[in-house]
Amino acid sequence: MTDLNKLTLSEARDALRKGDTTSVELTEACLKAIDGAGVLNAFVHHTPEIALERAKAADARIKADDAPAMCGLPIGIKDLFCTKGVDSQAASGILEGFKPEYESTVSQQLQDAGAVMLGKLNMDEFAMGSSNETSVYGNAVSPWQREGDSTQLTPGGSSGGSAAAVAADLCLAATGTDTGGSIRQPAAFTGITGIKPTYGRCSRWGVVAFASSLDQAGPMTKSVRDAAMMLEAMCGHDPKDSTSADLPVPNFEAMLTGDIKGKTIGIPKEYRMDGMPAEIEKLWSEGAEMLRAAGATIVDISLPHTKYALPAYYVIAPAEASSNLARYDGVRYGQRSPLDAGDGITEMYEKTRAAGFGPEVQRRVMIGTYVLSAGFYDAYYNRARKVRTLIKRDFEEVFAQGIDAILTPATPSSAFGLGEMIDADPVQMYLNDVFTVTVNLAGLPGISVPAGLDSKGLPLGLQLIGRPWEEGDLLNTAYALEEAAGFVAKPGQWW
Amino acid sequence: MSIDQSTAAKVAKLARIKVEEEALPALANEFNTILGFIEQLNEVDVDGVEPMTSVTPQRLKRRVDEVTDGNQQDKILTNAPDAREGFFAVPKVVE
Repeated sequence: MTDLNKLTLSEARDALRKGDTTSVELTEACLKAIDGAGVLNAFVHHTPEIALERAKAADARIKADDAPAMCGLPIGIKDLFCTKGVDSQAASGILEGFKPEYESTVSQQLQDAGAVMLGKLNMDEFAMGSSNETSVYGNAVSPWQREGDSTQLTPGGSSGGSAAAVAADLCLAATGTDTGGSIRQPAAFTGITGIKPTYGRCSRWGVVAFASSLDQAGPMTKSVRDAAMMLEAMCGHDPKDSTSADLPVPNFEAMLTGDIKGKTIGIPKEYRMDGMPAEIEKLWSEGAEMLRAAGATIVDISLPHTKYALPAYYVIAPAEASSNLARYDGVRYGQRSPLDAGDGITEMYEKTRAAGFGPEVQRRVMIGTYVLSAGFYDAYYNRARKVRTLIKRDFEEVFAQGIDAILTPATPSSAFGLGEMIDADPVQMYLNDVFTVTVNLAGLPGISVPAGLDSKGLPLGLQLIGRPWEEGDLLNTAYALEEAAGFVAKPGQWW
Repeated sequence: MSIDQSTAAKVAKLARIKVEEEALPALANEFNTILGFIEQLNEVDVDGVEPMTSVTPQRLKRRVDEVTDGNQQDKILTNAPDAREGFFAVPKVVE
């Protein structure tokens, strides 16, 4: 077999079980692809020894007919996940050299399911960013380029390394995390599939915390089937995360029938933003038409508080971040700045955090500090939490009217060039998450499915939003959309 | 609401992030841009609305109040920038 790294998870699984290839061969193909893709800066910590050791163990299990669901499949892990004995620094300078003594629940579950970790993937620092430009490792670069233009583009963020690695076939799939769109936006920018499950589906234990009430892990894959397969391995109750749900995890892959007859899909009018590119608008109506042709009923709906999701997010997420990131104080782990004579503990904190955090992280920690400070807590933080209640209520009302899923664009544009947003104010960058952030605020599952190319030849994605805990149904609708859209484009290899 | 330099300095202090004097005007500007964006929330009628505490209506699970792990002092100290005699070491805190 050639180009083993280009296989999907499910194709590779089937090939392994038929004995057409081995996990060691798959892993070696990915390691070779990674070695040749240094310019993409997707993998930032390489673990080939661990990979080959796990691949050998997987091959033995397959031989012994004892292969769990992900047995022998090589994947990448976002740097936000703590991995035992392997650098885990959330793309931040403050955690340089940090090697956890423990493994995150999600990466442990993937390992238990037989998956092979190839290494750690680039991301925005502490998952704060939409272009992977806030990383201490430097930018991750998209494998996609505009037609006839060699400008380096962003793979999106914060899971930019994951998106670039999957789109460039450096691994079969990768883990991502999503606080405001960090799985779905990069998936859309790179022509891959990414799902953020319902809040509480995946354990957050061992995942470096950004905004605890919004953070969820999820898979980033080459197909909806792969997303179903990998999500099942990642989900489940974990006593170590009190917010993880004690609910049975269905066999998501078995729910992919492609039959969506009788389903009702909502099209929210508030997502038709001023200045939205015509191409996105067109793709969105084509997507609705595809679902209609597949037997679904398309209904116009209203989610009236949509406009306030992004401002509410930029109160709640920084507030939680300022609290979560208080732990980086130069005492227990990571870096401590050199001190001058006479410096006390306050100077140690202030110097360590000024040197260790990048500008965007500093900005968000300080905004969070401000909105939580005496005198402003009610005006900002409590008001934002009330608006969050209203945003969730919008969704509850449309679901109560019988809507099964909601179709929206995934992003307001295709991928932009690295550095192109450098002079924009921070709010311009935040607008990337305008279609995805509502889903985190309401705790719902959302999936981005590649659906077409724009006039520059860059991928565009559509987002489907589902009812809480109904990822299986959502994945099935996404599967129907994937089949109808027939997106097969791949980036030309320039690297 | 507008943030001036002294407020920016106060916020930096509360966040325990050292910001040089000359960086304060730009920082105050950025805060004002972001807070200006957030001000939109004032348009929303939130009378009688409960602030969200949990996005999924779940009851936190309880467990028996007993020690489930421990005795891993060495592992806990492994990543410390400065550990001595089984403790985290920091500059003098109490005179």
